[in-house]
Amino acid sequence: MIRLRPGLLATILAVLIGIFMLLPLLSVVPVSFTPKRFLSIPEGALSLRHYRTLIEDREWIEGIWLSLRVGVLSATFATALATFFSLGIWMFRPRFAGLLMGIALLPMVAPPVVSALTLYFFLITLTKFNGVVAYDTLLGVALAHSVMILPFAVVLVSVSLAQVDRRMDLAARAMGASLATRVFKVILPNIKFGVIASFFLTFVLSWEEIAVTIFITSVDAVTLPRLMWQGLRDNIDPAIAAISVILILIVATVVIARSAVTAIRNRGA
Amino acid sequence: MTNIRPMILLAPLLMFLSLAYMLPFAGVIGWSVTIPEPGLQNYAAALTDPLILSVFWRTLRICAVVTAISVAMGYLLSLLWVRGTPLVRTLTELCILIPFWISVLTRAFGWLALLSSRGLLNGWLEGLGIIDDPLRLVRNEFGVIVGMVHFMIPFAVFPLASAMRNVDERVLLAARGMGASRTRTFWQVFVPMTAAGIMGAALLVFVFAIGFFITPAILGGGRSVMVAEMIYLRIFQSPDWGLAAAVSVILMVAISALLALLLKQLSPKDAK
Repeated sequence: MIRLRPGLLATILAVLIGIFMLLPLLSVVPVSFTPKRFLSIPEGALSLRHYRTLIEDREWIEGIWLSLRVGVLSATFATALATFFSLGIWMFRPRFAGLLMGIALLPMVAPPVVSALTLYFFLITLTKFNGVVAYDTLLGVALAHSVMILPFAVVLVSVSLAQVDRRMDLAARAMGASLATRVFKVILPNIKFGVIASFFLTFVLSWEEIAVTIFITSVDAVTLPRLMWQGLRDNIDPAIAAISVILILIVATVVIARSAVTAIRNRGA
Repeated sequence: MTNIRPMILLAPLLMFLSLAYMLPFAGVIGWSVTIPEPGLQNYAAALTDPLILSVFWRTLRICAVVTAISVAMGYLLSLLWVRGTPLVRTLTELCILIPFWISVLTRAFGWLALLSSRGLLNGWLEGLGIIDDPLRLVRNEFGVIVGMVHFMIPFAVFPLASAMRNVDERVLLAARGMGASRTRTFWQVFVPMTAAGIMGAALLVFVFAIGFFITPAILGGGRSVMVAEMIYLRIFQSPDWGLAAAVSVILMVAISALLALLLKQLSPKDAK
């Protein structure tokens, strides 16, 4: 491949764009160490008070705990539904498979705010009948998140199914294996990494979900992003800087590790 | 489809989405023609009320600007990501992927920390004596555009990078061999060959931007309201559910049309 030798102008522009991409993430760091109660740059003394808030303040602990539970519930549910659905499409290749796939991917292509309004309608309707799976409850949020993350689970599981050798399933069927045996003993073991990846991705998506969450919660079911949203809209609480620094560190570590592994592997090849 | 067994596997997801998503969307359409009273007055209002029209126009204008900037900046980043030296490629990848995986709220907060009146940038500029009073860089349209461009760049990069990976090296070599300069090879050979990627990236970013809610709401500070935030405000502040529902339906139709265009763009072989 011809390597690119960018000119001076292109190099300067590219460096500026790179700075543009990373600067807002870096600028969170100093703000998180401010000793003041409002957004400010620390002058002189640094303080860990905003990190302490995260461990001591009930509001933050409960937000994180709720986000974790919602994430596990919705990721499990969405991954299970998506796995069965993708298996059905892959094994039986039904007529209208394209249309069925389109339906499954609907919440991903619709604008988030339309999904938010739709799920708001859904949950206030449910609230008329019960108080458990309802507006502003744990199960209500988990249900709404499930809808939003389903398409991503379907995509991931379908992609890993596409790499499975169809003849294996045909052999099992020819040997008289039942549908359950084919699914659980033959195909699922072959796509287990796809299923696990789908669980993790959908968990992360639920953990970060905010557009829908704003519509379907008010005072009781306050997830971590909802808490951050409130802080960002009203007064800017530096505790958000502290939690942001932690989240950025986690993401940056994972991405850098991945890039390093790829780079080393490419060099070896 | 004489076999009933596929349905055992397919049904749970289809039933769940029908009950939790498609039926409720029908309910939202219902709101749009029944609240506050039966009729199409919500649609009439959405398409004639100058206040609402101005929100539509602002949304389109901001989205057009954001799309143009994101695609231009994304093009340069993709170029380095696909065709740079190994070190450059790794660095570019980090600049694209780290922000991509970070939550939209954290990124919006980062821009507030950088651009707000007590933020880093104003602090530096005042410290250097360049300005006396802090510049207003967020809680206005400028802030919205900056934050949205930052969010959209990775989404522009993915289709652009894949278009660039598909460019046949030999065509570039041929152009150079025939005596075209590097600049000319780039503008008259390379850029046209990635035109489909540019169109795809532009459509994708535009579709995303038009329904985008969080970044404009935080960085706009309620001053430059876009369509998605208007829906939120009409539900929870003014309560006007009928109008919010009507605007949602219009948004859904507009985005479906754009997505159909995008799909056509992505499969040019089926065109004939």
